[in-house]
Amino acid sequence: MGRQLLLEHIDKPGIRGLEAYRAHGGYRSVEKALKTMTPEEVLEEVKKSGLRGRGGAGFPAGLKWSFLAKPEGVPRHLVVNADESEPGTFKDRYLMEHLPHLLIEGIIPSCFAMGANTAYIYIRGEYFYVSRILEQAIAEAYAAGWLGKNILGSGFDLDVHVHVGAGAYICGEETALLESLEGKRGNPRIKPPFPAVKGVWGRPTVVNNVETIAAVVPIINDGGDEYAKIGIGKSTGTKLISAGGHINKPGVYEIELGVPVEEFLNSDEYCGGVSGGRPLKACIPGGSSVPILPAELLFRTAKFETRLMTYESLSDGGFQTGSMLGSGGFYVFNDTACIVRSTWNHSRFYHHESCGQCSPCREGTGWMEKILYRFEHGLARTDDIDLLWDVQRRIEGNTICPFGDAAAWPVAAAIRHFRDEFEDHARHPTKVKDPKHFEKEPMKRVERSYAG
Amino acid sequence: MEHATKPHTATEGVAPFTFSEEAHAECRIIISRYPADHSKSALIPILHIAQAENNGWLSVPAMDAVAKLLKIQYIEVYEVATFYSMFNLHPMGKHVLEVCHTVPCMLRGADDVVAHIEKRLNIKPGGTTADGLFSLKTVECLGSCGTAPMLQCGAKYHEHLTTEKVDELIEKLRIEPKRNNYTDR
Repeated sequence: MGRQLLLEHIDKPGIRGLEAYRAHGGYRSVEKALKTMTPEEVLEEVKKSGLRGRGGAGFPAGLKWSFLAKPEGVPRHLVVNADESEPGTFKDRYLMEHLPHLLIEGIIPSCFAMGANTAYIYIRGEYFYVSRILEQAIAEAYAAGWLGKNILGSGFDLDVHVHVGAGAYICGEETALLESLEGKRGNPRIKPPFPAVKGVWGRPTVVNNVETIAAVVPIINDGGDEYAKIGIGKSTGTKLISAGGHINKPGVYEIELGVPVEEFLNSDEYCGGVSGGRPLKACIPGGSSVPILPAELLFRTAKFETRLMTYESLSDGGFQTGSMLGSGGFYVFNDTACIVRSTWNHSRFYHHESCGQCSPCREGTGWMEKILYRFEHGLARTDDIDLLWDVQRRIEGNTICPFGDAAAWPVAAAIRHFRDEFEDHARHPTKVKDPKHFEKEPMKRVERSYAG
Repeated sequence: MEHATKPHTATEGVAPFTFSEEAHAECRIIISRYPADHSKSALIPILHIAQAENNGWLSVPAMDAVAKLLKIQYIEVYEVATFYSMFNLHPMGKHVLEVCHTVPCMLRGADDVVAHIEKRLNIKPGGTTADGLFSLKTVECLGSCGTAPMLQCGAKYHEHLTTEKVDELIEKLRIEPKRNNYTDR
């Protein structure tokens, strides 16, 4: 197992409480930042670390912070995005549930660097019980003087509040999240202006994922350079991967970026191999929005290079033969899984969660769901594949927020890599009416060559 | 499949709504977290409290009370309540079983869990048993893919489900006197 910067102390007894957390070196980064550093130095360390946003887009965190507008007399805010709703992703829940103080600790130097005196943790409504854990931890932090007025005598004031949502995937998109935080429907805003200039209540705001903010703690403790030594190229540091689906050991794993995908899937330290002793069929490496990778492209790229768990390696080959690291929701399909059925399920999800603002997405997701329903229920014809391709093509890039792209990509990739399965569904309508058709008789797949 | 259905507009037979003292105090605390001129931000957290106080659903009187508390227009509450999937606009059963059926759970047998509950309680997703004890909902990813299949009942996650575990849970809930709410501590 590689270095554990975030989860090192997760199994220590009582680590959810302040006392045990402090005994294991908690809040050291706050002492260091507030007593020995200036806000600019904190920002500099984060920039040097090369830390990239862990929510999915992978935008450099230090750069995002440096865009923050600083008009006189206008308060600035940090909003922590804990609206983790990407199917396949559950790392933030794990982190907040077991190490609530790590998130709070990370918020303090981050706000110090931004000059923000109020931070909000926007947590999805379904995680209500986790919000209670966070509130408890925040109360402890206030009582011990880590939050509130004049922290450690530095003159820096900080208030942290938890805000619960109410069940909307779209609120994970940063501008929809801000709308929701203002007590409105979660309709994404047109950018620019970016939140760094006009965020919540028109004030400059930085929105960062839970894991990104937590990673600030080891960056301050050990220095940005030390953090940047872990990983490969522009993928620095460690990343929490939520592993699920057909594997032997589902759970959250902290990996050093750069671990080979094959090792991550098959090693007993991590996923422990494909479950049921069945052959691997496909894998979605970064949450439901990223393109699915068939088995022959998961361990090797089309250029026969070893595929690594990094932002660059997973997206090698573009959407033709690659995918994305995304939010790190890694889920695996063995040969009993039906790709048509899972694509239909994904489309149903996106149809349900579309906010309805832009027509291509509002209507297109519904059409895709209906077409895919036809395939899975023995009602489709082979030319529906082209129809489906056409619909997804018209959504991508034509919407205000990236939700439209996220809805289109899984469908495009499923057709690109598993067209034979769609054809099979159209040709054998009676067989596919049974939802367990592949469990009973897995489909023989012709291995395709992606070379060249 | 839709985000939400029409608000339950019937006024006949719908109980009037007032916040309990306790809930009112909690609402005050929530409002204090936001800048004084932006108290509308407290809307979603307060709707959760109103729903818990109103037997698990948001009636028109309950939404109107929230609007008055926050000094905003009624429509501003309705448009939010109809957008978010956790707000119920119809009376619900005492215990709402929300089974995740998105792909990671599906791969690990969520469909079987739904089918089992359907058979066991003789209701379809979206339905409520005749005795008003249980409602069944299928919901999208609840962020518990590593412990799939799972269901949520009130604030609680029930994970690694098997048919036996589901039966056990149903029997336990049958005799539970209190309703399970998201806001439970």
